Amino acid sequence: MGKRSLAFNKELAAKILFALSASAAIIAVGLICVFLFVQGLPAIWNIGVINFLTGTVWQPTWNPPLYGILPMIVGSLYVMAGAILFGVPIGIFAAVFMAKFCPRPIYKVLKLAINLLAGIPSVVYGYFGMVILVPFVRENFGGNGNSILTASILLGMMILPTIISISESAIRAISSEIYEGAVALGASHERATFRVVLPAAKSGVMASIILGIGRAVGETMAVRMVAGNQAILRMPHEFLSGARTLTANVVLELGDAYGDHRAALIATGVVLFVFIMLINALFSMLKKKDGV
Amino acid sequence: MMRKKPVDFILFALTWLSIIATATVLILVVGYVLINGVPHIRPSLFALQFTTQNQSLFPALMGTLMVVGLSLILAVPLGVFSAIYLVEYAKRGSRFVKIVRLTTETLAGIPSIVYGLFGFIFFGVFLGWGLSLMSGAFTVSIMILPLIMRTTEESLKSVPDTYREGSFGIGAGRLRTVMRIVIPAAIPGILAGIILAIGRIIGETAAIIFTLGNVARMPNNLFDTGRTLSAHMYALANEGTHPGEAHATAAVLLIVVILINALSSRIARLIKAS
Repeated sequence: MGKRSLAFNKELAAKILFALSASAAIIAVGLICVFLFVQGLPAIWNIGVINFLTGTVWQPTWNPPLYGILPMIVGSLYVMAGAILFGVPIGIFAAVFMAKFCPRPIYKVLKLAINLLAGIPSVVYGYFGMVILVPFVRENFGGNGNSILTASILLGMMILPTIISISESAIRAISSEIYEGAVALGASHERATFRVVLPAAKSGVMASIILGIGRAVGETMAVRMVAGNQAILRMPHEFLSGARTLTANVVLELGDAYGDHRAALIATGVVLFVFIMLINALFSMLKKKDGV
Repeated sequence: MMRKKPVDFILFALTWLSIIATATVLILVVGYVLINGVPHIRPSLFALQFTTQNQSLFPALMGTLMVVGLSLILAVPLGVFSAIYLVEYAKRGSRFVKIVRLTTETLAGIPSIVYGLFGFIFFGVFLGWGLSLMSGAFTVSIMILPLIMRTTEESLKSVPDTYREGSFGIGAGRLRTVMRIVIPAAIPGILAGIILAIGRIIGETAAIIFTLGNVARMPNNLFDTGRTLSAHMYALANEGTHPGEAHATAAVLLIVVILINALSSRIARLIKAS
């Protein structure tokens, strides 16, 4: 073989190596789907789709065991709604502040603070929730403190950095002509920002909320540490009682579950996985629309 | 200056209140953890052996380093090579590229407990690796793959095309151009991404406890169990029998994460400066 074809082979080998590496993500997603679904779906089938999704009793140790995950689905929805309630308004106003109201000298510090907020491990948030928020809720609102409300406040805090940074860049991506046009027509800075720029950035802001929701639903450790974790179907007015989320159900019991019980937990994971995938699909649709 | 209209003033005040609330969250969390934790940091917390008396975090710290090291060995080459393929080789908009992007986004969105579940049933049970360093590192490396791919892609894209053209112009092949010209120029960006990934690994708990396990000792070999600092923190918080040590461990964990964040943003700033 001549020198040239040797060099050519090296090029080809490298290209193949790079292409193979690029397929790692595909292989990983494939494996995750196959292993979760192959072990989870038969369990759902055996328990019965209706029994599994709408059953209100989760008692793996009973004879016969009952695997109803409705309390956990509802629990996840409650803390999700609570996180939106606490996190979204503050997050969006803070994003508007960062993009349009922030005095230059403090911008860098705040940006750093928001990045740091995003970097704090969830177990540290959970610990903070356990020692600060739980007693706070117990003393000011009643109940034992391990509650839907506590988890909602904590999740609201945790999704702030996600909402702020994505909304901020969405607002910044709106061309300044739009803002200047509004100001030229006599709108004040606030009016131009809230009535013209923010609506123009709508889909980016929505995307940030959806990503935040994904974070909140998928959050495990922090929620598990403050939510009380009772697998009981709660009504909305019982927000001072404890509830269990889908994520907490897995993390609480996977360690010592075997056979059908383990399969039911994997099935819980499948429900969570599908839910998150739907949320993410919504996110990428909005992201494409906005080009953020 | 003109006086603001009431509505404008309310909106203006709300933006300020919101950012103050956000800053307060950070100050509360960081302040509380550090003020209560730092005074409890004692030498015994770093004893070589964990005992129920000292609740040493040293084995967990070593476990964290091992998981970080091993997952970087796995994920960095894969992530960097993938990014090279996407940016330097693949035709834009080809079917393969679209699928890679879609699956990478999917990986980035999967919650850590699902990774834990998958790692447990695939690496732990199916491959029979049990609760081990291998299971933990493989699981976590899938988790950080999208992060490394994205940051590498961005820094490869920021290398001006004139560099590539110059290299091609003097007769270098594509591989040589990538390895000798493009990668060196992109190194700081890649590094910043790797440091962010280290932060993610250190903060991870849910994916770790079902793959690496949560046993208070150092893994002796690749197939031995152990714990990371976050998992250690989780165990301490749940047991609730050693509040002082739990405070101190939370502080150590937070300090490590803050340092890593600072390092990453410093590198990012260096890139902007150059």
